[in-house]
Amino acid sequence: MKDARFSKFVLFVNSIVPLVLLLWDGWNNRLGVNPIEFATRTTGMLTLIFLCITLLITPLRKITGANWLIKFRRTLGLYAFFYGTLHLLTYVWFDRFFSIKSIAGDVIQRPFIAIGMVCFALLVPMAVTSTNAMIKRLGGKNWATLHKLIYPAAIGGVIHYYMIVKSDTRVPLAFAFIVALLIGYRVYEANKTTTSKVKPTLSAE
Amino acid sequence: MSDIKSGEITPKELFLNRRLFIRGAALTATTAATALLYKKFNPVPLPEEARDKITDVTKTSASLSTNEKPNTLKEITNYNNFYEFSTDKSEVAYTAKDFKTKPWQVSVEGLVQKPKVFDLDDLVKIAPQEERIYRFRCVERWSMVIPWIGFPLKVLLDKVEPLSTAKYVAFETYYDRTQMPYAAYAGIDFPYVEGLRMDEAMHPLTILATGLYGEILPPQNGAPIRLVVPWKYGFKSIKSVVKIKLVEQEPPTTWNIASPREYGFYSNVNPNVSHPRWSQAQERRIGEFSLRDTLIFNGYADHVAQLYTGMDLKRYF
Repeated sequence: MKDARFSKFVLFVNSIVPLVLLLWDGWNNRLGVNPIEFATRTTGMLTLIFLCITLLITPLRKITGANWLIKFRRTLGLYAFFYGTLHLLTYVWFDRFFSIKSIAGDVIQRPFIAIGMVCFALLVPMAVTSTNAMIKRLGGKNWATLHKLIYPAAIGGVIHYYMIVKSDTRVPLAFAFIVALLIGYRVYEANKTTTSKVKPTLSAE
Repeated sequence: MSDIKSGEITPKELFLNRRLFIRGAALTATTAATALLYKKFNPVPLPEEARDKITDVTKTSASLSTNEKPNTLKEITNYNNFYEFSTDKSEVAYTAKDFKTKPWQVSVEGLVQKPKVFDLDDLVKIAPQEERIYRFRCVERWSMVIPWIGFPLKVLLDKVEPLSTAKYVAFETYYDRTQMPYAAYAGIDFPYVEGLRMDEAMHPLTILATGLYGEILPPQNGAPIRLVVPWKYGFKSIKSVVKIKLVEQEPPTTWNIASPREYGFYSNVNPNVSHPRWSQAQERRIGEFSLRDTLIFNGYADHVAQLYTGMDLKRYF
């Protein structure tokens, strides 16, 4: 894994594959009977998937000692933001046709939309501060604190999904389980280090 | 990939080529894996297979059928809510394709003079088969126009002679875990049950459908016989009916049991009454890009509004 640039490239390409295929299928009219719904659901799903993979990096590093995984985290996080943006765009465009008034009404009437909006808002500051220059400017500690926003964003994202499902809750519950494990691991680790009085802060890595 | 033995000196060019090859392979393999994963979640519609034709279809008087352009057979048969088979609308066509609908019987019972178990073959002969082109509005904010073939429910009910004590009609869908293995994940109780008030059941718009587009119903659309009540949300139009029972009290209905706050007994299409989680003011007609305004009683107000005179439709949603 010495070849960092190449492995990052592989990750970058793989992460864009779902979008390329989505656009390709859309262009060829192969997104099923309700393509708009499919695109909305798929981009939403991808946002949650990338949030989960981003959150997986730290536990994986600590458990396996594979520290080189850290270099993938920024790309993964940015992809979560990227797919989140597309997800929001499908709604704002195809469902509300860019009508601010209609969106405002919808946010009030549909709590799951409001939650989705808040989650997206939480991702924005993390995306903005993802550059090396911003990390330097904020200072590592502040930066790490700010990036703890990924926890409420992931939890809110799962709630957002759960709320729109009519009765078959298997997939949102699977996401809930995964996010609970990923955050639970951090709580467990933080408590362990606190009790042994080594490092009293929750690592936001 | 190569015949080079480990002891041999590898020229620099060859080494670079090999590295390029490995890189290419890694990129291709992972990309293919990601693509396959994506494909798993994007089912392609089933090829349309020919079904038995329904002959001698009568055209209905213009007032009962809409002259709007019907959705395609592909759209109608690849986007279905039939939770016994799958909760994924694009998957029902696959999971229901081997559903056995022969032989089929429908028991008509309860508060009637002449209860009877009908064989489907006899049932389709009790009235002329009519084509009815109806708007279909799902509670999930999408809609279609569907050319059903069927006959008025009234004809069947008249045959069994309802007693004056019969105030409601209860319907039940076939249920069989061996044929419907995914029903366990649906999150709602089965067998699926629905109900209508007597006057709704006897209304000329209310039909039992046995076909669409000139052919017998495919399983995913509720084969071999289903209810169609075009002024109510789609879930009222119960599929694959095996039992019709006339009763005195308002019968329990599946979605109302699952979430009484969200789904009422009446469930008339009404743009002014929001679902607790979303507005019902607009809908997406399948195949269209922009949204349409939803019409009260799904555009059938002239036919059915008088059934609800004096009723608070916000309360009896």
